Amino acid sequence: MKTLLFWLLLAPAALFASEAGYRLDHAPIDPNNVLSLQSGARTFVNYCLNCHGAQFMRYNRLTDIGLTEDEIKANLILTDAKVGDTMKIALQAKDAKAMFGVAPPDLSLIGRSRGADWLYTYLRTFYRDPKSPTGWNNAVFPQVAMPHALWTLQGERALKVSHGGEGGHGATEYEWVELSKGEQNTVQYDTTVRDLVNFLVYVGEPAATNRKRIGIVVLFVLGILFAFAYALKKEYWKDVH
Amino acid sequence: MASRLMALWDWFDARMPTVAEEWRKHAAEYYAPKNFNFWYYFGALSGLVLVIQIVSGIFLTMNYKPDAALAFGSVEYIMRDVAGGWVIRYIHSTGASAFFIVVYLHMFRGLLYGSYRQPRELVWIFGVLIYLTLMGEAFFGYLLPWGQMSYWGAQVIVNLFGTVPFIGPDLSLWIRGDYVVGDATLNRFFALHVIAIPLVLLGLVSAHILALHDVGSNNPDGIEIKKKKGPDGHPLDGIPFHPYYTVKDLAGAVFFLAIFCAILFFVPEVGGYFLEYNNFIPADPLKTPPHIAPVWYFTPYYSILRAIPPIGVSQFPGVMAMGIATLILFFLPWLDRGAARSIRYRGPIYKSALAIFVVTFLILGYLGTEPTTVWGQFHPAEGSLFDRILDTKDVATWVARFFTILYFGFFFLMPWYTSIDKCKPEPERTT
Repeated sequence: MKTLLFWLLLAPAALFASEAGYRLDHAPIDPNNVLSLQSGARTFVNYCLNCHGAQFMRYNRLTDIGLTEDEIKANLILTDAKVGDTMKIALQAKDAKAMFGVAPPDLSLIGRSRGADWLYTYLRTFYRDPKSPTGWNNAVFPQVAMPHALWTLQGERALKVSHGGEGGHGATEYEWVELSKGEQNTVQYDTTVRDLVNFLVYVGEPAATNRKRIGIVVLFVLGILFAFAYALKKEYWKDVH
Repeated sequence: MASRLMALWDWFDARMPTVAEEWRKHAAEYYAPKNFNFWYYFGALSGLVLVIQIVSGIFLTMNYKPDAALAFGSVEYIMRDVAGGWVIRYIHSTGASAFFIVVYLHMFRGLLYGSYRQPRELVWIFGVLIYLTLMGEAFFGYLLPWGQMSYWGAQVIVNLFGTVPFIGPDLSLWIRGDYVVGDATLNRFFALHVIAIPLVLLGLVSAHILALHDVGSNNPDGIEIKKKKGPDGHPLDGIPFHPYYTVKDLAGAVFFLAIFCAILFFVPEVGGYFLEYNNFIPADPLKTPPHIAPVWYFTPYYSILRAIPPIGVSQFPGVMAMGIATLILFFLPWLDRGAARSIRYRGPIYKSALAIFVVTFLILGYLGTEPTTVWGQFHPAEGSLFDRILDTKDVATWVARFFTILYFGFFFLMPWYTSIDKCKPEPERTT
């Protein structure tokens, strides 16, 4: 009996998963950092929202991240969209497919399907590749159809990939070479991407912050209810021997 | 006021005495063994989760649209624009996994204490029917969000029916209503998920409880409390279900809800196990995901399916193995020949067999969530015997094969190992 319980508890912990490819960096995002979310929103509407839409995200939902409707209208709506509209784009999926070979995915849920770490690493690992149609390639997403949308900020880099060890069986090594400087240095660019990823994760589930807040109250109430339920059980059961 | 209410009750009782009679029969005078332990919460909790799923499901259907063009968006509409919609949706998605957790623990309780043994065979059989129906319910429901995993998971499972000799292709076409999973499939799965299967489930749950109350509950000692009755005709080791177990189950239910809510409000995806990350990508019939994994509760069987090598090009052997792996449960009451019911008085053989079975189930379950390459490959010398005879060099597939044999061994060898096991004498009274 005790052994069974032991195994039940131990077995899932003993299992492990492995991942191949470029190692993902940890995204230092903070869903409670409103300034970071606002900065991410600005990057998003300026750099992403031309090719990518966020068709499930309403502009006026951004009041969540500390903005007023007037601020949203003045700073974040760059089209003739109403403040209650969702973040749609004019680019038709069919045209986009003809241009890029693949329609740029909607970004409403990209934070949930890809995860913060993937996005954070992906947006920081574009490199110049003369062999690709756009002239860009990516370490996390090889042969990606998307060019480096933030390249004016990050600058241009090249990537040297070498397979260490004999016969190429060792760990793959990546060496980044700067080709031209961007408007931001590495720290600034990492911050820009962190804010953008923070925003994308928020857009993936706008209710998330509120959800955790409510969760604490719910657990507190259930805790009190449990104390009463347990006391009631004790009272009834005291004559059962 | 109180006397008015009593008068109203008397008026009601005079016209419909059935209600009071059934209350006495199933609660106030249903004598349950007094020694129920931790494992005995999960029956009542399964009932609780059933109610949670039905109620949250009703609210979801108010905004969900069973249409291939609208389904994915309507779920996001629920998550973002419907007031409180995200709570309802997470209750339902967490509830789906919670249902299988409590049902698996409830079934494991049966294995621990021999609850399926004579005279409770029917209770067990109705239980297995509930489990199979629940799998159908979960499968139909999983298509509805119309994400990539919904779509390709359904495609894979419907194709399993296509492997049945002769009628297979027609059968899978009939299930889908189209040549690929499409709008017709979504519509019929919606109908099956929200009304057909739930009705069957409710009927089976009633049968399960009625059958139980006719023979009485088993207990951790695996002995019949009805054999020792007091002068009042009630079992000496029994206590009325109400109020004793109603208050105990109430405390258990609140504790369960606390864990349930902790998941719901803080980690609703549970690392991709309750809500798969790929299911946040809308279904795309033209883009097969590189790795299709069913939700965790199906993965032990999925592992068995993948472990069995095909005959020629037919995957039917794997499908059959998967079917037998679930249907074998029906025969458990007759496979078990142990002298004692409860694990407390069983010998070391059954104890070991059950421990191995639990580990087997968990490992098969884990492997089913991962690609078969997860543990790498064997590298036999080129041209060596192993290199030529192995049909696959994926380590995980061979591990799954080993545990598939153990899975079936637990059942097929049960008549033998339970009859030679040295059981301890069962006590006269509960301990």
